[in-house]
Amino acid sequence: MRARLAGWFHRRGWSDLMVALPYLWLVLLFLIPFLLVVAMSVATKTPTAPPFSFGGEYPLVSFADYARLMQDDLYIRAFLTSIGNATLAMVLCLLLGYPMALGLTRVSRSWRNVLLMLVILPFWTSFLLRVYAWMGLMGKNSWFNGLLTEGWNTVVPASWAVTSIPMMNSNFAVVLVMVYTYLPFMILPLYASLERLDPVLDEAAMDLGSRPFRVFLDVTLPQSVPGIIAGGMLVFIPAAGELVIPTLVGNAADPMIGRVISDEFSVATDWPMASAVAVALLLLMVVPMMVYSHYQARSEGGER
Amino acid sequence: MRRRPIFLITVLCFGFAFFYIPILSMMVYSFNGSRLATVWGGFSTKWYVSLFNNRQMMAALLLSLKIAVVSATCATILGTMAGIALARFRRFRGRTLFSGLVTAPLIMPDVITGISSLIFFILLAQWIGWPAQRGFTTITLAHITFSMVYVTTVVQARMSQADRSIEEAAMDLGSKPWQVMWDVTLPVISPAILSGWLLAFTISMDEVVITSFTTGPGSTTLPLLIWSKVKLGVTPDVNALATLTVLVVGVGVAVAGWVLNRAERRRDEDARLAYRANE
Repeated sequence: MRARLAGWFHRRGWSDLMVALPYLWLVLLFLIPFLLVVAMSVATKTPTAPPFSFGGEYPLVSFADYARLMQDDLYIRAFLTSIGNATLAMVLCLLLGYPMALGLTRVSRSWRNVLLMLVILPFWTSFLLRVYAWMGLMGKNSWFNGLLTEGWNTVVPASWAVTSIPMMNSNFAVVLVMVYTYLPFMILPLYASLERLDPVLDEAAMDLGSRPFRVFLDVTLPQSVPGIIAGGMLVFIPAAGELVIPTLVGNAADPMIGRVISDEFSVATDWPMASAVAVALLLLMVVPMMVYSHYQARSEGGER
Repeated sequence: MRRRPIFLITVLCFGFAFFYIPILSMMVYSFNGSRLATVWGGFSTKWYVSLFNNRQMMAALLLSLKIAVVSATCATILGTMAGIALARFRRFRGRTLFSGLVTAPLIMPDVITGISSLIFFILLAQWIGWPAQRGFTTITLAHITFSMVYVTTVVQARMSQADRSIEEAAMDLGSKPWQVMWDVTLPVISPAILSGWLLAFTISMDEVVITSFTTGPGSTTLPLLIWSKVKLGVTPDVNALATLTVLVVGVGVAVAGWVLNRAERRRDEDARLAYRANE
């Protein structure tokens, strides 16, 4: 028996196990819980524990929660706020991250390694603490807010003067902190795609009489589109479902979708509704994900 | 000679100021003597003292470290298996679903992973009576699940770059396939496995949303504790904690970068010497 087992292991068992163990794990602890949420979204809320049931009568499922999703102002506004904040954060990350990534390809080799490490370093520190750092800066009595207030007061007429700028608990704060925490996600793929470009092409365009900015528009920019898309999706996708940032610095009266899911689940204990909102959020993100994986596959295909 | 890209350098400086000013400000204010977190009240190290005397904080740190070590180790084993399988086994049943399952947790919003894990654990407890109470075990299970796919990504990327000729040579010399994997492939990708473990460890130490859904009474991890404190506003002892975190991580990353850099240079040097000896 032991010999047969060992024989099986040597022949094909080891490779079967290498596939089967992680496969089973992910099916059990990721796929099944996810399917439970999908099923939950068509259940009905009940005051029992656990707070749901699959109706007594045909067809057993209820799409009432999805109907509410389309009609209730709260959900529609939450979706719009999420898409708006995530899009704005993505665009701002691109506007700041692109020149930074391009700049990284132009500095000397030893500087580049140090600067790249400085881009990655915040990744390894706590996300929560990076959000927290901005809470300190944006607060009413902080030196940063004082500096901005002073700047504002010297620029605008005296009647518009303010004692402090109300930055906390606003969509402005959410977008600012999103840009801060997700900027490395934009810089790294952009840098990867810009670094691969052949400088000879730049020089050729230069020799043919293009001005530097035209060279950028006609040569560099089109070649970095895959990097732009990858970076954009890496910012948009987590930003759209963000929960920590809006909870800490956002406006509670104008919640993002992550907050709505969490509140429906924990505060209202309406599991079916929370699940319906979750499924809707995923459907919303399917399009950007497909775009991302399309470009990802293409850029990987190009490397081979 | 290229023109100096003044605009790009300016944006770079601005960008790094944007990255680091909030962190530096937080570090400076951790030495603030005032109870008001944003008003300067003279230099003091009292928040560090109170941090180390805070039993709750130390217990949370210990729990987080335990969860991170266990979950990173399991995640590395499972994630490495998946990474090798996806990179080397061209065809097996259910490969498409498997590669989907390996990417999905990366892009799934934390809230959704959180509620789905909680629903799963609650229903499981009702059906089979386990887990009777949520806490260390459920948090660790959830952490393994989302961090193993990061390990897979790292390992898979390293495998697709690796030179297969060494494996083929071992095969030609009569090694069994699984011996090749054990004696050749694993040592070759060991740096990727190590960085996968570190990645899984940091992610676990930092995770708050999924943890908040899978935790139970009495199991407060460090991020959960910070989360509940920070929700109430800025507090000076969190500044001190953040400063220590940044210092530990900064020194760790700098040392790791230096060691890797030196190892790489030494390898290049050895390769050059070897070539010269052959001539």
